[in-house]
Amino acid sequence: MTEALLKVQDLVKYFPIHRGVFQHTVGHVKAVDGISFTVNRGETLGVVGESGCGKSTMGRSVLRLIEPTRGRVEFEGKDVLALNKQGMRIMRREMQIVFQDPYASLNPRFTIGQTLLEPMKIHHLHNPRERLQHVYRLLDRVGLAAEYARRFPHEFSGGQRQRVGIARALAVDPKLVILDEPVAALDVSVQSQVLNLLEDLQNELNLTFVFIAHDLSVVRHISDRVLVLYLGRMAEIADSEELFTHPLHPYTKALLSAIPVPDPDAKRERIILQGDLPSPANPPSGCPFHTRCPVAVDKCRQEVPVWREVQSGHHVACHLV
Amino acid sequence: MTTHKFPVEVAALTRVRIDKSPMRLASERFMDNKVALVSMIVLLLIILVSVGAPLLTHFNPNVQNLSNTDAPPSALHLLGTNSEGMDYLSRDLYGGQRDLLIGFSDTIIVLWIGIVLGGIAGYSGGWVDSLVMRVCDFMFNFPFLLLIIILSSIFNTTGVGLLITVIGLTGWPGVTRLIRGLFLNLRQAEFVLAAKMAGAGDLRIIFKHMIPNIMGTLVVTATFQMASIISAEAALSVIGFGVQPPTPTWGNVLSGALDYFTLRTEPWAWLPPALLITLTILCINFIGDGLRDAFDPISSASLKCLPGNSHLQ
Repeated sequence: MTEALLKVQDLVKYFPIHRGVFQHTVGHVKAVDGISFTVNRGETLGVVGESGCGKSTMGRSVLRLIEPTRGRVEFEGKDVLALNKQGMRIMRREMQIVFQDPYASLNPRFTIGQTLLEPMKIHHLHNPRERLQHVYRLLDRVGLAAEYARRFPHEFSGGQRQRVGIARALAVDPKLVILDEPVAALDVSVQSQVLNLLEDLQNELNLTFVFIAHDLSVVRHISDRVLVLYLGRMAEIADSEELFTHPLHPYTKALLSAIPVPDPDAKRERIILQGDLPSPANPPSGCPFHTRCPVAVDKCRQEVPVWREVQSGHHVACHLV
Repeated sequence: MTTHKFPVEVAALTRVRIDKSPMRLASERFMDNKVALVSMIVLLLIILVSVGAPLLTHFNPNVQNLSNTDAPPSALHLLGTNSEGMDYLSRDLYGGQRDLLIGFSDTIIVLWIGIVLGGIAGYSGGWVDSLVMRVCDFMFNFPFLLLIIILSSIFNTTGVGLLITVIGLTGWPGVTRLIRGLFLNLRQAEFVLAAKMAGAGDLRIIFKHMIPNIMGTLVVTATFQMASIISAEAALSVIGFGVQPPTPTWGNVLSGALDYFTLRTEPWAWLPPALLITLTILCINFIGDGLRDAFDPISSASLKCLPGNSHLQ
């Protein structure tokens, strides 16, 4: 059960900043700066962090929708970054993505049926005659009626569209699905429906999820392990329960204290972070979090903290732990 | 009675096609736009009388009749004759053929160059994009008039073909830049990334996902292009660099009547071609406006006239 499905090592994505007439590179936006993790078969890895910390870039780099600057991505032992175009096309049958914005992720000129048929056609899955049946099965599986296959995206609500997005990701029977904030654009009531659907699908189809989100309560609900990112770097990773009960990194603590508690009498300490996220084009020296850290000491300003294992499965990058 | 009526209505409702494609919705919205619809009919009429000119008049527009010059309108010459005795009506009708030919073919040429160059630039990005855009910048500043003057002196005449070629080969930068921008936008659109994730190749992405989604903008651009090309033809004729007279074009008929005497005393000489040019350009522009509103209901003011379409985003 603990067999690694996806292994990411030292993934780096720098976006060059061009200036001037000759577009020379004056610097880099360090969107993802040395991220390593493994995802085991059948588990859900939650990835959290505030906007602009590189979560989405990380997800897309793994799938090579964005070409990573360097690093290593292994899927079932195969080096993903070494694949050519054709190899990548085949690899994408195994790894899929659900996008954040259900309004932007469906081609407005395709019917739902066409959208779901396309991946099957491209990969020559199923007998052409059976494909339509498969489309109906997919729609049924995500809780949509079969007759919706004839309709166009503009006839659907956000939640329904996101179900279509999920169905499209499942059309090629992938093993790994990267969920890039799949519920962030939805109403709260619809969020829980979609989350439950995702959990059901994971159990039924033995899927592996990388669940990217900025909402910790959503992540807690669905994840087995959680990775916390800050400014393109890893801050902490631990089992979900461990992370939520014993957070070690001051950034994680601040994030957790921001989750609303549905009890008006509950006494709790809010850690309110000062200032904004520093620019990833010019990250602070030492620990990237020291500019906003409530407990930072001199060492934090000078040395980059080492990524180390504190307990079994609980890694953190902080000098003070 | 009422108990019977209800299920009938439901049945009628369910029979309505609910799965209307965006194209179909757009054409329905276009049909609701009275101004655009009337413009469409008027433009079709102008095209019909131009193309069908041989059926409507038996005068050859190029044949002089020096015994009947500057004639006022009569039963024989409905709009009179010009200083060389050519029939104005037939010149106006035949003139439309050239203008519409130049308008249509240059629109197609400009659009093709624009789609190919803009598409390549926007889709591939990087240095290809920079190169195409620099060429565009160069062409934007290209002295179009000078080119016409030089070419007409080299060939010693300006035929319709030459004019089409020159306008076509100099008119593309604006369209190219527009289409490049559209492609650049769509390249990072999530549904394009999703198609990539589904394993779609470049050609499939371009032809099945990108082009259908910029079709609306393309059609609208095409109409405005055509209007500006027709007015360019007229302007060139008036300053003497259009199609060589006596070949009739609206611009030529107009420029032939631009002397004080004719302007004062013979309105039938210049009013019809001026009206035809104005009407054609106006109609094309109204059709373009109608198409734009039809394809893009959010940005248009017509949204509030269409209750029930608010779900269209």
